[in-house]
Formats: sequence, C-alpha cells, structure tokens
Amino acid sequence: MGRYIARRLLLTIPVLIGASFLIFAMVYALPGDPIRALGGDRPLAPAVVAQLRDQFNLDDPLLIQYVKYVGDLLQGDFGTDFRGREVLDTIEQRLPVTVKLTVVAIVFEAVIGIIAGVLAGIRRNGFLDNLVLVSSTIVVSVPILVLAFVSQFVLGVKFGWFPIAGINDGWYSFLLPGLVLAAGSLAYVARLTRTSVAENLRADYVRTARAKGLRNRDVVIRHTLRNSLIPVVTFIGADIGTLMGGAIVTETVFNLPGIGRAIFDSVQAQEGAVVVGIVTLMVFFFIFFNLVVDVLYAVLDPRIRYD
Amino acid sequence: MTDQQQADLRHDEVEAGTQTVLAAPSIDVTNARQNSLWSDAWDSLRRNPLFWIGAVLGLVFVLMALIPQVFARGADPRACNLANSNQKPSAEHWFGFDQQGCDYLANVVYGARNSLIIGLLAVLVVLVLGVLVGAVSGFYGGMIDSVLSRITDIFYALPLILGALVVLRSGTIGRGVVAVAIALAAFGWMTAMRLVRSQVIAVKSSDYVAAARAMGASNRRILLRHILPNAVAPVLVYTTITIGVLIAAEATLTFLGVGLQRPAISWGLQIENGQSLLRTAPHLVLFPSLILTTTVMAFIMMGDALRDALDPRQRA
Repeated sequence: MGRYIARRLLLTIPVLIGASFLIFAMVYALPGDPIRALGGDRPLAPAVVAQLRDQFNLDDPLLIQYVKYVGDLLQGDFGTDFRGREVLDTIEQRLPVTVKLTVVAIVFEAVIGIIAGVLAGIRRNGFLDNLVLVSSTIVVSVPILVLAFVSQFVLGVKFGWFPIAGINDGWYSFLLPGLVLAAGSLAYVARLTRTSVAENLRADYVRTARAKGLRNRDVVIRHTLRNSLIPVVTFIGADIGTLMGGAIVTETVFNLPGIGRAIFDSVQAQEGAVVVGIVTLMVFFFIFFNLVVDVLYAVLDPRIRYD
Repeated sequence: MTDQQQADLRHDEVEAGTQTVLAAPSIDVTNARQNSLWSDAWDSLRRNPLFWIGAVLGLVFVLMALIPQVFARGADPRACNLANSNQKPSAEHWFGFDQQGCDYLANVVYGARNSLIIGLLAVLVVLVLGVLVGAVSGFYGGMIDSVLSRITDIFYALPLILGALVVLRSGTIGRGVVAVAIALAAFGWMTAMRLVRSQVIAVKSSDYVAAARAMGASNRRILLRHILPNAVAPVLVYTTITIGVLIAAEATLTFLGVGLQRPAISWGLQIENGQSLLRTAPHLVLFPSLILTTTVMAFIMMGDALRDALDPRQRA
C-alpha cells in the first residue's frame, strides 16, 4: 500500500507540471497588453511600464516565465495580480465560498442519491425503480445552465423560497446553487446505487443471510448496503474535485463570489497570475481527491490489493 | 468445434431424426440464424421506448437544423420590429418576441443549426483524437503508452468548460463555429482515449489476435481489422451521449461570453440575452432552454438505450 501511494504521488508530479504549464501557455497567449490596459485612457510613463513588465517577467520567453513562476510557487508565493494584490489573498477570500457550495452539493448528492438508488434497487422494476430511472435520465439531460436559470426563476423569483443570488443569507443561500451543482452527479449516484444494490441482492452472501432468518431490514442495511456503497462512496469522493472545478456556471448565475467566478473574471481581465494560480490549485485538488479515492477503494474492499 | 459446425451437426441430426446426448437443441436449429451482436442489439433497441423517444426528438432536431424555415412557420429571424419588443407568446407567434422585437420561434429554431454543426464537428475531432491516441497507446504499450497516458491525465485534470474558456478567450483560433468545436474537442477527447485504450488492451491478448499474428498479419492490419472493430460498440455509446454533452457545453461557453458572437444565432446567446429580463420576460430564457434540454436529452436517451442493447451487463 505504501509503495502504491508513493508511486501514485510520483506520477502526480508530471501531471501537475503539465497541467499548470498548459494553462500558463494558454494564458500567455491571451490578447492585448494588460499593463497598457492598467493605465486606462492616460498612457503610463515608459519607465513605469518597463518597471512593471520587469516585475511580472513579461519580457521573458514563455518557458523562462513559467520556470520563474513555478520557482516562486514552490516557496508558497502565488505572485500578485497587476493591481498589486496577492493572488493568495484572492484565493483565501474566495475558496471558502466554493468549499461551502461543494459541501452542500456533496451532501445533496450523497443523501438524496443514495436513498433514491436504494429504494429503486431493492424493488427492481417497481414503481419507484421506474420513477428513479426516468427522472434520473431527465435530470442528467438538463444542462446545468438551464437548471440554474429555471430553478432560480421558479424557486427564487416566483415562489420566493430561496434567495435569488448572493451569499447574504449564510448557508441558506447555498442550498439552491448546491442542489443545482449536484443535480447531474445526484442522478448518477442514484443509478450507480440502484445497479449496485440490485446486483448485490442476488449475491450468495445475501441468500445466506436470508436463509439464516434475518429480518429483511437487516439484510438490506447490514449486508447489502455496506457492500453496495463501495463504488458509490468512491464516485462521490472523486466528484469533490470535479465539482470544485465545475462551479463556474453555478457561481456566475447565482452570483457567488467563489473561485469559479474568480477564474471567469480573471480570464476576462487577463489576470494571468490569478488564473494560473487558481487552476493549478484546482488541478491539485482534483488529483488529490482521486488519489484518496483509489486508496479508499482498497481499504473498503479487501479483495483489491495494489502491491 | 465452432458454433457453425455445431449448428451444422445439429442440423444433420434433426434431419436424420436422431439426437445425441451431447446437447439437446433448445431452439429449432433448422431455422435458427446465427445472430450477430448488431442484430441482437437492434432487436433490443426496437423494443426500448427510450430509444424511440430519443430518436424522434433527435430527428426533429436534425430536421430543424436542415430546414428551419418549415419549423419557423415562415417567419424570418432577422425581420424585427421594435414595437413588438418582449411580447409574450400568442397564437400567432408561439414563442413571442425578443427584446429587439424579432419573432422568437424563428430565432430559437434557427439556433439548432449551429448547435448541430458544433456538436457533430466536435465529436468527430474527439473521435479522431481519442481513437488515434487510445489505439496507439494501448497497442504499443511501454514508453509510448506511459507518455500518452500522462498527457491524457494532464488534459483530464482540466475541466472542459475551463479549458475551452481560456482557449477561446485567447483568440488564437478565433470565435467561430469551427473554433468553438475545436476548443471543446481539445478538452473533451480524454474519455474516448481511455475507452479505446482499455478496449485495445483487452482485445490484444485474445486468441484470434494471436492467430492473426501467427499468420503473419502486420501490426496495422491487426489494429485496423481485428482490434478496432471490437472497440466500436462502447465508442458508439460514448459518442452518442457526448454529442448531447458537447451541445450543452457550447451553449454554456456562449452564455459565458466566449463562444459564438452576434450576429450568429445560438441558444447560448439567447439565454444570455434573456438573463437580465428574467423577471419581466421569462419566456426569453425558457424557450431556448427548453429546446436545448430536449436536444441534449434526445442524445442521452439514445446513448443509454444503445448501451443497454450493446452491453446488457453495463446497465446502470
């Protein structure tokens, strides 16, 4: 196990470097001169421009710029944006919003998804099963953009049950965006649980448990569910990383000042350092949660051995 | 003994009125035809209502892209009259009017073409990239596989919308239909690659590939004639679903202001435009959203039905 984790961590390094370089190169290609844009209508003095260009290494070739950037990054320095604000400050300010959103989404995904999946799985082809199948197909098909607007309009504007936008109502303001963000994964979790439960209910050990005369509730909860949830738990774990990176649309529509929104704004404003910093961080989260899930799989299912 | 020989033997037995104890034929082998994967799949598809709903919706969408005039009831999407600005739907104009006073039904219907072109083009690039990289990676293995797999991991770690957002914003490839399709494909090919790679690895060690190799078949021939045809089924399922996903992604990018630009007609632009009028004229967001969702659903339903038909074990 230790060797497996070490190997996986080593494999992570080229992926992190590659992904951050990819995004760095793309941001490098962003059009326009951000320094000139900083001056607005009045051009900056040539000396100031030269000093700023030097400060942000803008005159170096791409590769040199990147190496210098990574060098700073390794010392915990995310650099500053063109207005002199620390990128780390931006991240510290924005990250909690996205984390809250992700937590709400994951809770919805796990609770509703698993309950729906179990109810569908224990009575295959029953009413609930078909209901879950059909509704999950529909939910998966609704683009998050559409879902965000429709729910914002119906539940926020028409009925007034939820705040329409912003984060002024504490956790309450995250409920609707969280549900929207979770919807697609929720449907998938329901299907995954359904398949897994239905399959395990036919397993030998379940028949044995029934033959022992256990109550149906014990058979389902103690024996079937615990085994059926292994793929579900691992999917949900990996989804944390995906959701954090996928929150751009949700944060834009519901006007939540999280990191997705920050990336979008920074791309528009050509704030390269902010984009690269946040994306690198998100790639790191993504890889980290995937690694955790792989290890978790081995812990939960003793049949899987990596060494 | 091959299946065919077995069937022949049984056929002889039945003709002769004898039966061996080997295996009693459970079907009338004199009439039974060898069913291929595809005819079995078609049988299963035909009986799946999900497939038919998806197919009909998909067909309507394709027709809408090809002959929008018919669906727009003769209205011109660019013939606008400001006096009609934001009018609600009526019997005359089913979808009402947009802010500029253009017939909204015509606008929404004409938006199908760009969605279809981008969806198909992007999925084509995804397929070419995915199959090429996946097949090479899986077939040759070793160093080549390691390098290609790491490159795939790198792209996989970047979210689709995010990657495409930065590429399109950088303006290096423009902002047209082709550019959006390429940007989407550039960050969407990884799953296809992994799918093909794992299929190739699974098939590579099979007996019939070994037989082909023993008969002196070249690498290219083995790859093209023996290995890739076996990867077609999962790739087909994936492709169908992905068209829907990519169409949704196009609308999202355009909504975020980095995809198609006016005067192009696109559902993403319509939703973006209607966003600020959500309180007063909700139909501006509602109708393009509805059609977009139906379209995406059509492809996902077809893909789901295809998966059930082609691989009953994978039913999820």
